[in-house]
Amino acid sequence: MLEALFWPAVLGYGEAAVAYANARTTRAATWGVRLGWLAQTALLAAQVVGADGFPWSSWAGTLNLFVWFLVGTYLIWGCKPRFRLLGLAVMPLAVTLFVVARIGGGTNARVSHYGDLFLVLHVGMLTAAFAGFTLAAGLAALYLWQEHRLKGRAPDILRMRLPPLASLEFLAWRTILVSLPLLTLGLAIGVIRQRRDGGTFDQREILTLLAWIVYGGFLAARPTGRRAACLALGGFALVVIARVALAGSHFT
Amino acid sequence: MTLTLVGLSHRVAPVTLRERVTLDLEGAARLARSLGDAVCLSTCNRTELYLEDIDEAEAVAALERVAGEPLDGVLYRLREDAAALHLFRVAAGLDSLVPGEGEILGQVRAAYEAADPGPLLGHVFRQAVVVGKRVRTQTSIGESPASVSSAAAALAAQVFGDLKGRRVLLVGAGRIGELAAANLASRGAHIAYIANRTVDTARELANRFGGESIALTEIATHLADVDVVLSSTSAPEAILHANEVPSRRHTPLFFIDIAVPRDIDPAIAKLDGCFLYDIDDLEAVVAETLELRRAEASRAEQLVEEEAERFRSWRASLDVVPAIASLRARAEEIRTSELAKVDRRMSDDALRTLESVTSQILNKLLHLPTIRMKEAAVTADGAEYADAVRYLFGLEEETP
Repeated sequence: MLEALFWPAVLGYGEAAVAYANARTTRAATWGVRLGWLAQTALLAAQVVGADGFPWSSWAGTLNLFVWFLVGTYLIWGCKPRFRLLGLAVMPLAVTLFVVARIGGGTNARVSHYGDLFLVLHVGMLTAAFAGFTLAAGLAALYLWQEHRLKGRAPDILRMRLPPLASLEFLAWRTILVSLPLLTLGLAIGVIRQRRDGGTFDQREILTLLAWIVYGGFLAARPTGRRAACLALGGFALVVIARVALAGSHFT
Repeated sequence: MTLTLVGLSHRVAPVTLRERVTLDLEGAARLARSLGDAVCLSTCNRTELYLEDIDEAEAVAALERVAGEPLDGVLYRLREDAAALHLFRVAAGLDSLVPGEGEILGQVRAAYEAADPGPLLGHVFRQAVVVGKRVRTQTSIGESPASVSSAAAALAAQVFGDLKGRRVLLVGAGRIGELAAANLASRGAHIAYIANRTVDTARELANRFGGESIALTEIATHLADVDVVLSSTSAPEAILHANEVPSRRHTPLFFIDIAVPRDIDPAIAKLDGCFLYDIDDLEAVVAETLELRRAEASRAEQLVEEEAERFRSWRASLDVVPAIASLRARAEEIRTSELAKVDRRMSDDALRTLESVTSQILNKLLHLPTIRMKEAAVTADGAEYADAVRYLFGLEEETP
């Protein structure tokens, strides 16, 4: 059953990743994203039913959930024909991470290791927030590239069109606006649970807290232009370090 | 019904000749009506007469009267499918100086509506408008700017997205600047200020765009209040320098300099939040997008060929339409005359049932022959099938 749902999802994402390379096949790419995401949604639902709980506690499982949030966020805010190049950045990443999640057993997991709702909410919300920050970082990177091309007066600027600077800036801001409350709640739940267990702050939490400050400052000051893009990328760098460089769980 | 085209275009006639036969919409419609069932398409690049059942010599004479000189050697003459194919290519912008330019489609539609021609021309022009729309929606041929002024507007949109409500400062009230400003305004931008050496000219242009005229010396003080600066003066040296530009921390400022020598200090391009395009940059962008247009033109040609094939099928089906109509009329005539013989002996209900049943029998019986004749019409056998039907059913003989 899980196998039968994994393949349509990976094929949909894969088709989208390839189809986004050509402007004429953007519509086919959009359908690949939609169908792939529906298949992955069914896969996650089947995993939940099979595990009778939260089956994504392993790194691979979290990656599986992360890909679902990432593609979902992209579907809501970025999946437009004019944002083809964003799709070309997001979908290959999504396919790669999804395949890695499968190799790590994250798409076949049927056992729930979290008997605690706190942990489920903590991991779920942080994963959703990180997916949002990833998309915001993609938008910020596209902003910097587009600004560089406009400043450099690239002759092919209208031939290979990126979304307008104003759209990229606004979408990055909106994505962070939605993701930060999720990060806040996820962090708060984690801290409460840790204090209950008598634990102390670790490096990962400190870095995540730093990312929270960066994103919080971003929303409070609402910088524009290159500063906004650099800040979004800085926050994302902290998120990546917290998630990848300091891998492992701080809960038992 | 015959379809003929007589005309001249930028491909065969120099501008000195074209301008002598160029007519405004009303003049073109008048010329078409004077010939009968005709449409006259007259733009700066072409004057063409499309004729339905009209001798082409009459059209040639009419065009020569307008030109005031013989036009032998420059006029092209096309007939039937070739004339339709040409019109489709024209409507698609494929026969234009800049491939895929969109204005021609509106001109084709306007010429047709002003002339109110016969059924054949009506059909071919309606289809031409459809072809033009298909090409514009199904290819990217019209997406790229084809001129410096439209490139400037497209680039501004790459920065701001929607230009609606964006404020523009126009420096210099010359023709080129006015065109570029009109292009920005057509995308929703507001031409807020017009600065010019001659204040009266600036005021006149400001009235037209709904903006405010200012002196050239006031430019720097209004920079904080605008999003786009469009400059096209004939000043011998730069009139705007980097140290006059206020800091743009929140919204970008887009400079378009189409003046030669340049009006805007190139150092402005290095300022944070400022973007600057001069005439060379804009021409490079246009050249690049023209390549794209040419690449898309081959896809557009395929669509035009599809529509031309559809037109050929439609034309062929016209050969069998009279035979089909006669066959159906004859069958209906037999049905009603036979029913007339029984109507006095039957009740109203029974008569209604009989009416309905006999109609259905006729329709079912004639359905397949009708379809087959239409199918055959597209092939070379169409006329033979029509003749056979007329012969077998005695459609050309007098009914007793």
